[in-house]
Amino acid sequence: MYAFAYQRPTTVRQVQSALGKHEDAKILAGGQTLLPTMKQRLASPSAVIDLGHVAGLSGIEKKGRNIVIGAMARHAEVATSEVVREAIPALAALAGGIGDPAVRNRGTIGGSVANNDPSADYPAALLALGATIVTNKRKIAADDFFQGMFTTALEEGEIITKVSFPVPAKAAYVKFPNPASRYAMVGVFVSKKGSDVKVAVTGASNEGVFRAAGLEAALKGKFNPKAVEGVAVDGSNFIADIHGSADYRANLVSVMTKRAVTKALGK
Amino acid sequence: MISVSMTVNGKAVSAKIDPRTLLVQFLRENLLLTGTHVGCDTSQCGACVVHVDGKAIKSCTTLAATCDGASVVTIEGLAHDGVLHPMQEAFRENHGLQCGFCTPGMIMSAIDIVNRKGHDLDEHTIREELEGNICRCTGYHNIVKSVAAGAHAMAGSK
Amino acid sequence: MSATGIGAPVRRKEDFRFITGKGQYTDDINRPGQTHAAFLRSPHAHATIKKLDISEAQKADGVIAVLTGEDLAKDNVGGLICGWMIHSKDGSPMKAGSHPALAQGKVRYVGDHIAVVIAETLAQARDAVEKIHVDYELLKPVIDMAHATDSGSPVIHDVAPHNQVYDWHLGDKGATEAAFANAKHVTKLDIVNNRLIPNAMEPRAAIGDYDSGQDAFTLYTTSQNPHVARLVLSAFIGIAPEHKLRVIAPDVGGGFGSKIFIYAEETVCVWAAKKVGRPVKWTGDRTEAFLADAHGRDHITHAEMAMDDKGHILGLRVKTKANLGAYLSTFSSCVPTYLYAPLLSGQYNIPAIYVEVEGIYTNTAPVDAYRGAGRPEATFVIERMVEVAAREMGQDPAAFRRKNFIKSFPHQTPVIMAYDTGNYGASMDLALEMADYKNFGKRKRDSAKKGMLRGIGFSAYIEACGIAPSAAVGSLGAGVGLWESAEVRVNPVGTVEVLTGSHSHGQGHETTFAQLVSDRLGIGIDQVAIVHGDTDKVQFGMGTYGSRSGAVGMSAISKALDKVVAKAKKVAAYALEASEGDIEFKDGRFSVAGTDRSLAFGEVALQAYIAHKFSGQDLEPGLKEGAFYDPTNFTFPSGVHICELEIDPDTGVTRIDRWTAVDDFGNIINPMIVEGQVHGGIAQGVGQALLEGAHYDANGQLVTASYMDYCMPRADDLPNFDIGITTTPCTTNPLGIKGCGEAGAIAAPPAVINAITDALGHEQIAMPASPQAVWRAAQKSLHKLAAE
Repeated sequence: MYAFAYQRPTTVRQVQSALGKHEDAKILAGGQTLLPTMKQRLASPSAVIDLGHVAGLSGIEKKGRNIVIGAMARHAEVATSEVVREAIPALAALAGGIGDPAVRNRGTIGGSVANNDPSADYPAALLALGATIVTNKRKIAADDFFQGMFTTALEEGEIITKVSFPVPAKAAYVKFPNPASRYAMVGVFVSKKGSDVKVAVTGASNEGVFRAAGLEAALKGKFNPKAVEGVAVDGSNFIADIHGSADYRANLVSVMTKRAVTKALGK
Repeated sequence: MISVSMTVNGKAVSAKIDPRTLLVQFLRENLLLTGTHVGCDTSQCGACVVHVDGKAIKSCTTLAATCDGASVVTIEGLAHDGVLHPMQEAFRENHGLQCGFCTPGMIMSAIDIVNRKGHDLDEHTIREELEGNICRCTGYHNIVKSVAAGAHAMAGSK
Repeated sequence: MSATGIGAPVRRKEDFRFITGKGQYTDDINRPGQTHAAFLRSPHAHATIKKLDISEAQKADGVIAVLTGEDLAKDNVGGLICGWMIHSKDGSPMKAGSHPALAQGKVRYVGDHIAVVIAETLAQARDAVEKIHVDYELLKPVIDMAHATDSGSPVIHDVAPHNQVYDWHLGDKGATEAAFANAKHVTKLDIVNNRLIPNAMEPRAAIGDYDSGQDAFTLYTTSQNPHVARLVLSAFIGIAPEHKLRVIAPDVGGGFGSKIFIYAEETVCVWAAKKVGRPVKWTGDRTEAFLADAHGRDHITHAEMAMDDKGHILGLRVKTKANLGAYLSTFSSCVPTYLYAPLLSGQYNIPAIYVEVEGIYTNTAPVDAYRGAGRPEATFVIERMVEVAAREMGQDPAAFRRKNFIKSFPHQTPVIMAYDTGNYGASMDLALEMADYKNFGKRKRDSAKKGMLRGIGFSAYIEACGIAPSAAVGSLGAGVGLWESAEVRVNPVGTVEVLTGSHSHGQGHETTFAQLVSDRLGIGIDQVAIVHGDTDKVQFGMGTYGSRSGAVGMSAISKALDKVVAKAKKVAAYALEASEGDIEFKDGRFSVAGTDRSLAFGEVALQAYIAHKFSGQDLEPGLKEGAFYDPTNFTFPSGVHICELEIDPDTGVTRIDRWTAVDDFGNIINPMIVEGQVHGGIAQGVGQALLEGAHYDANGQLVTASYMDYCMPRADDLPNFDIGITTTPCTTNPLGIKGCGEAGAIAAPPAVINAITDALGHEQIAMPASPQAVWRAAQKSLHKLAAE
């Protein structure tokens, strides 16, 4: 790890001002991606701004028809939250499957969403549930937020404070973990609310998380696993590595979608 | 250099450290608590697991600075007055260790599993919950047995 | 059987320190005034170093020294060695390129050592490494072993112009050709044994310390054989003569072979300690372990097996290319030759065998012994061959094996080995019963109903352990003898210290060796301390690998105990005023035959030291005996493993449903520990078959350089294992022990692949059978089924 200045602000305003003062500052939420990157000297921030003591970033609550989760909510909190388990069990299950138990005790939803790792789980949930990302400056729809691998709509000095999820009628997330890293090699989140069906896919694409229009159209017609059969998944821009070629990942998108639909139907 | 203060195994400690000091370095190098190990660089092997404020975390992926004010328990803090923690005893009784290097992290994770999932753990649950702890010696068979036995024993020792 | 004697499942004595965090691994040790070392490693697979500029690094914060290959040369520090000479078919010696601990003009793999920075803190050392500037001239790397020896390939070492280390053979070519000429069926298979990275959980580490007052060095290191490290560092590398170099291998967190070898890092640390006048500590991180620990396996093989019309094996011919990496590591040359080819007879009566092995340099990390070392590669060849042969000839694979099993002993194979004893049929019988083989068909149909492919696979393995008779290995090219030493010191109060040249890094010697003492001397294991891992305490020893600590190390202890008992009888005779011939020793008491006069072992020990009863007689005071044990033959553990698994054809995920292991390890000291060794071995074997594979890209970059990409077996990848035991005691060592440490890793890979190919209905799958690979192979099966 390279040397850095450590900052421990207590308000969002102080975070913003620290970000202004230090060029190349990094925000430390749970640190489960940032710290390994820094340890391998792949990142060299001049300052690390710890959100651990910033007020107003925690908490999980039901607000009207939405579940609102503070940016610093740990994966383990979301996984075990009665509020989330009651309203969107698929989201609790997703959080309960990120990394491993020790990682879930540190990693945060805000950190995961802001990083937009192409193999992260949360981005699929945000897209498929039509979540809204709330920052210190504005509200951003998930569809506008994720802009490709490690790229988001966040501007300089902008930090995520919470994420708001509309409650779906049915939803499920099924992932195929990379056998080595256990990150999502393909993760598919499906949701249904009224006639609206959303399917978001993480892990597969070079562009990061995306919504699968063809699968959504087929499932709008009939929300059952059979509907997925015969929908061609275009793997032309999929990630290809030693663990899986693009066509293998394309196959996994179909299979995981079927399984997610089955699960969403409670079968 | 920055100041940190925390409680480690029930004792108050404080030190001036380089901000880049990881919790595991702080434990091993500043406090000479060398029971917590480092087995990888990517937060996957779990040899470094300790409890911070009652929860298992990977001390190789946590800055010591972020633990300011926290209460930390390491493998050295489990036994009291010469009496082993039931999970430690279970690992010994069930041959849940060979070279011993992953063992402290395994035991700390195992106790965390019991804290979260209760005392009656089936094989499948234990195997899934041990996802973040890698052992190269045992093939996990006896670790799984140890965790199940330790979980039962912890119920009895409450 | 006493509570702590031979055969008892005694709980391990060493565990208390490990479960309480009080183990002392190398990185847990800190020396006063210690400095920290960080290595600059080559980012290129193959390059010449045009210019190495260390001036900026020398000026960096906290830096004490920056040392390079030039400094090593100036100090006449020798290169790393390979201690086993292999001769090619034409009689020429193997072509060993020089292996400086820090590069001298050329780098040959990604991770190769170029320079070391020694600084006040590790962070400072690492910061300064980035301030060393190297001007490389890139050379084309040689990565693909299949084409490494092609004409026009770049040359890695000048001594080996075609990148060939040796072209070796074993067996009778003429007899084998004759066997094939008479064959009614010939099975042919191309087999790849995938490259593995050992991954002991404790990364390697070293602390060099120099005492100028004594002009003596101490090296703390993660070693499986500290005496061999001292021998090599003294006699070949030239750090210091042996009496001026103490090597301590404290608690070591797993080895699996990778900690046998003498590496650049410990060499540099101990040498540099004198140069900087302070202790020098280096602890590898996991990335360094991936890059620079010796890797394992990595063979390409074509094998052919000849059968008569009934399926009796007539002959076997095998042609193997073995990747040895960029340099010859300590024992690398013998692994694909003498630890491989002599095992190709397996458990079978094969009249004629001919094996050719080409050792090959590539621009990859050195390859050396990894759990099993040569024997897993051989077992994979023979067990895939018999399985496929049985299938091709329409015979049940268990029956086919049984038909070809060796049934009378001793048995001389056509490839060196003389098996002393075994009962392969007994292991097969028990394994079939435990695995419920007769109902497999029903389980397969049940799986099919769920859309799953179920398969069953066998592996009837044999290994040669108890390494090894010194004369035999000497005649085959070994630079050392492979005996073991022991010293038994009885204290005046009757407690016992055993000093052993074996080294425990997970095997539980502190318990099993104490059980042997407990059994023989009739004292509790808490009365026994096992001392190992320190060249200043233990006179000499060859260390732990090749499942040798029980068969060889304990045999040495057994011999020393015999001497202790013999002397104690003399002491007892004086103390009990009886003739020596009338003294009986049983259950820890010396008694005079036919009387009620007796003394406990501890009382006799005290008599030995006070020497009141025999002063002036022809008997020396004290009770301490040593022994060296040189085995007369290898030992031959064997067994049958059966893997049953289920494949999800939609994803290629393979789930092992049941694992049956029946092993014959000869006599067993502690069944709990033996089972643990089997479990761990199977896990590594399953890892090889399903999960693990080192992968270099075309430029020689290691793609699998962390747990993000190198797939380590985790708890949820594995099932529980059903373990059964059959026993035919080894006939060539005093304890009848065969050894158990490597069995699982040897047995498992073919069992898994035979099960997968059984499920798939075809043979086209390579290791590791990852989900992707199995999915692809399963599509072929489905197409085949659809076409039928």
